[in-house]
Amino acid sequence: MSGSVLLFALAVGQLFLALAMAAAAFRILRGPRAQDRVLAMDALYVNSMLLLLVFGIGSGTTLYFEAALVIGLLGFVATVALAKFLMRGEVIE
Amino acid sequence: MTALHDIPAWAALLVAALVLIGSSLALIGSLGLLRLKSFYDRVHAPTLGATLGMASILSASILYFSLSQTRPVVHEILIGIFVTVTTPVTLLLLVQATLYRDRLEGRNPLAEKPAPGPQERG
Repeated sequence: MSGSVLLFALAVGQLFLALAMAAAAFRILRGPRAQDRVLAMDALYVNSMLLLLVFGIGSGTTLYFEAALVIGLLGFVATVALAKFLMRGEVIE
Repeated sequence: MTALHDIPAWAALLVAALVLIGSSLALIGSLGLLRLKSFYDRVHAPTLGATLGMASILSASILYFSLSQTRPVVHEILIGIFVTVTTPVTLLLLVQATLYRDRLEGRNPLAEKPAPGPQERG
């Protein structure tokens, strides 16, 4: 019984995180200025990392953890590079 | 999705609750990204999912894998430490760049706020 509750909760959690990613993607498409798009991309990265973690719980393997770690690392680097680009006009000075 | 491993009922319910709490917080944060009006309001919204949402999903993952593999599995703490350290850095850099761009265009975003009342000052 508790197993089916866990399955249902994992499905609902994945649905919520997919909706959160859709909201961030909509802000990327619509965002009036560049910094709104960068902020929404950061939120998209965090939400996709959480979605991979929930999917990893559902599938029972720890493989998805490494993918989530890589997404976290790359999201940080991408957002910092884009913020520097917005500030200076170039990434590596 | 394959069959889940056998874990005790209390742990399954706890993992389910933690996953639901974390994903709801991430969804609320991203909806705030859609609904709030200005950039300086919106920059606060996704941190809801990046702090407490991430922490509760990570603890659900730690609990589930520790019980299903019958040994402590705590490597999720790596993600927790990393995201907790990097989220303030990225958002501070982004707000700094936004302030700089707003000043270049001759707008002062801090002057557009209404003057604080006497009870808010200080």
